[in-house]
Amino acid sequence: MKSTGSDSTDPNRPGMPFWLLAELTYRCPLQCPYCSNPLDFAAQGQELTTGEWVRVLREARAMGAAQLGFSGGEPLVRQDLPELIGEARRLGFYTNLITSGIGLTEEKIALFRERGLDHIQISFQASDEDMNNLIAGSPKAFAQKLAMARMVKAHGYPMVLNFVTHRHNIDRIDRIIELCLSLEADYVELATCQFYGWAQLNRLGLLPTRAQLEHAERVTNAYRERLARENHPCQLIFVTPDYYEERPKPCMSGWGSIFLTVTPDGTALPCHGARQLPIEFPNVREHGLEHIWYRSPGFNHFRGDGWMPEPCRSCDEKGKDFGGCRCQAFMLTGDAAATDPVCAKSPRHDLILAARDEADTAAKRIDELTYRNAPNSRLIARVTPS
Amino acid sequence: MSRERIPQWRPGYRFQWEPAQDAFVLLYPEGMVRLNESAGMIGELIDGKRSIEAIVVALAAEFTDADADEIGADVDGFMQVAHEKHWLRFD
Repeated sequence: MKSTGSDSTDPNRPGMPFWLLAELTYRCPLQCPYCSNPLDFAAQGQELTTGEWVRVLREARAMGAAQLGFSGGEPLVRQDLPELIGEARRLGFYTNLITSGIGLTEEKIALFRERGLDHIQISFQASDEDMNNLIAGSPKAFAQKLAMARMVKAHGYPMVLNFVTHRHNIDRIDRIIELCLSLEADYVELATCQFYGWAQLNRLGLLPTRAQLEHAERVTNAYRERLARENHPCQLIFVTPDYYEERPKPCMSGWGSIFLTVTPDGTALPCHGARQLPIEFPNVREHGLEHIWYRSPGFNHFRGDGWMPEPCRSCDEKGKDFGGCRCQAFMLTGDAAATDPVCAKSPRHDLILAARDEADTAAKRIDELTYRNAPNSRLIARVTPS
Repeated sequence: MSRERIPQWRPGYRFQWEPAQDAFVLLYPEGMVRLNESAGMIGELIDGKRSIEAIVVALAAEFTDADADEIGADVDGFMQVAHEKHWLRFD
């Protein structure tokens, strides 16, 4: 039995886009300061219409896409979501709704089920009400999320609960896990903040210390052992922040390898962070997905290893991590083709070491972070045009 | 695992044929496993009604050339893996 994406026979032929992430909108009722949406989301173009999304779904499915994520922003604000779910399910997609739970109701949960939605992932900001609402920038978020998580299970869906962890909530990871178990989550993603978009802007106030991270991993591993002993079906997925690694992550399993994102205005990207790169990406309003995936310059830009500089080019691990993350290389060094600075072999690994040092002495409070909202987005877009 | 038990896919897990991959796959929240030919044939017979024994019998009837013990071992092996990975529930 093979896992996704492991069996490409011709190394020069790109694999299929098994994963389609449909970012339906950048509109969102929450303001999380680690949002992965672009800083200038408020200045993006018009959202795709229902008909345009249906065409994208059909083309992606015909090319072999099997997993579909409805994401955003908050996908629930799109009034055509039930229609898109129905179409996706008819096409044979496994449909995932990735939501904050804000705007969800029992009626919608039941309607989505009827239309064939396979799974709902709800994101939480913390395990206790005050911290959750403070991070989300919304006073009622936590109670709503709890109610909706219970409702999702009551309607027979599998449920993933996603917690983005950072220096202000990671010490309470035991309470996070307990909360997830009490809500009968099938999977729990304990995702240490990744530094893109708004999170990069707020890094100083978010990056945990090494000691915090090690504590969280120990606690998580103890729970894993307990769950395994009890043959408990809940799985804990712990995502380490790559700032504490010595080798970069195999970002998106390789550029243009299995993952395709379509943003609200139809821009097609090899990952949801790639928009900031100084590369021209195609738009589904102008091109079919077949052209976009196999032939567009944007998707071929970092395929293979011909683009790699040293030390990647001669590295015996280049087939394992593909040189790391292009967005991170660009954000930290200004060169999108540079070796990911997370790698200890990178000539700019000092940037990562400095960030770790910074984390040890950082004193930024949550209320001092820049919240992800339209006024801040417009302000940032004016100050730092991208 | 007793052959009397009746396997059923775990709720939210979907077994389906993928023409693009020329294979059966198992889809679940944000994941996909591509099944090999033998696992795919076993998967096709999992319907929440057949017992493990009934699945072995059905495969043996279809593949009269194959060694029945080998088929049984294949099915037992699959059930063990699927149980450990929580792909299946057993009544």
